Amino acid sequence: MALEAEVPRAAAAPGEAPVVARTSYFRLQVWATWFVLVSLLAWGCHGLRLDFGYVVQKLPFLLGLRLAPDGFIQGAVLTIFVTAVSMVCALLVAVITAAGRLSDNPVAFALATFYASLFRGTPLLVQVLIIYLALPQVGLVLGGLASGLIALSLNYGAYLAETIRSGMMAIPSGQQEAALALGLPRWLIIWKVTGPQALRLIIPPAGALFVSMLKDSSLVSILGLWELNFLAQSYARASFHYMEMLLAAALIYWALSIVFEIAQFRLERRFARGVAVAGRR
Amino acid sequence: MPDLVTIDRINKWHGSLHALRDVSLTLAPHQRLVVCGPSGSGKSTLLRCINGLEAHDSGQVIVDGIRLGTDRRTTCSVRREVGMVFQSFNLFPHMTVLENCMLAPVWVRKTARLEAEELARNYLERVHLGAHAAKYPSQLSGGEQQRVAIARALCMAPKIMLFDEPTSALDPEMINEVLEIIMGLADGGMTMVCVTHEMAFARRVADRIVFMDRGEIIEQGTPAQMFDAPRSDRLKAFLSSILTGSA
Repeated sequence: MALEAEVPRAAAAPGEAPVVARTSYFRLQVWATWFVLVSLLAWGCHGLRLDFGYVVQKLPFLLGLRLAPDGFIQGAVLTIFVTAVSMVCALLVAVITAAGRLSDNPVAFALATFYASLFRGTPLLVQVLIIYLALPQVGLVLGGLASGLIALSLNYGAYLAETIRSGMMAIPSGQQEAALALGLPRWLIIWKVTGPQALRLIIPPAGALFVSMLKDSSLVSILGLWELNFLAQSYARASFHYMEMLLAAALIYWALSIVFEIAQFRLERRFARGVAVAGRR
Repeated sequence: MPDLVTIDRINKWHGSLHALRDVSLTLAPHQRLVVCGPSGSGKSTLLRCINGLEAHDSGQVIVDGIRLGTDRRTTCSVRREVGMVFQSFNLFPHMTVLENCMLAPVWVRKTARLEAEELARNYLERVHLGAHAAKYPSQLSGGEQQRVAIARALCMAPKIMLFDEPTSALDPEMINEVLEIIMGLADGGMTMVCVTHEMAFARRVADRIVFMDRGEIIEQGTPAQMFDAPRSDRLKAFLSSILTGSA
């Protein structure tokens, strides 16, 4: 925050909203309000006369601190695993698709638009079921985990591709021209000039997509994967502690989302180099 | 000495608009060419054909012995030897002033980092911005940004410099600081082509002026010939419109 004092020309670039500096008093009020809201929520839960003993007993399983009977990871750890692997695959698929969308090659363009339209135009749940239940009918049998990973990767890859494309298109053509005029080859321009600038625009919506992916990973519970939502439901069903188990699962999802949001915020700040200097006053 | 740039009857269409009509031009080493003319006359298009930012549709462009428009790699090798300064600066906003100047030498010329940094600091000193090396472009005024852009181009040690209306986006009080740098380069023997509306600057710096209108070269000659004894009606009309405009 040392930069706040030394910026002489504080005019925001055209088309960009000026970033309003938050005073420490403002931050204090934000934290206080959060504290009140969280307390109210906790008090409300307390009023439900929940069986906390049962929650404490099952928490290590929900969090995935113990392995499942078959020796595989379970609970929140499996949720994180599914999300992380799908995230990497989706990113890969999305970059290739975005390149196709930005390409002059008609076949690449058609492939990219066809894929994006197909996977954005059908429900994720239907995609999961087609891959897991319908493909075996034509001889392609995939396990629950593989099906879940493939469905999440392809579905989110399609959305992420559009995010990446719009980010790349938002970079003024003068940037590309200046780099070309210096004799830079195309791959280097993307790597050093347009890519990093586009990332600044891509990270916020991509972060939102990943948070949403974390939550949508609960859909793969129908494939018999012992992830967080699956465990919460089975324990609840067995002991009729629905409120306890589902609230606990919700809280764990929420906590994981907050970790994602913090990571996104950090990345955003990192890629705002140059722009943030002008914006922060 | 052979010509650095030879343009032979090039034509260029933007859709149905005939942007360049049979334009021919040569540029000898150390020559300083100013291109002027009304807006939309094809000046910038001509300039951008010299480093292949725009591909000409017919005719040929030979720069430093290399014929443009054959493939991407030869275009890249031409661009290495031709520096360009744009109307809107086009600095890379996510890099510091120093990083802007080091990018091409390090990645294209494969200059060692330390050497490239010394080179960059040297040129920043020459455009009087040595103290601003660690700043981001957004922290600089328009005039300062344009001087960084000039330093960035010079760091590649180009044989030719192209200036595309380098002062048109600047506030009046910043125009001179940029023109002085360009005049300094001209006095140092840099070969250059400059598109500009600054007529006093053109008279001072050019050894040849080309007047274009509607995609054609109408008239060319020394500044004295062009300003004091214009032959064509179109140049006369252009000069009178500019002089009444600025008076």
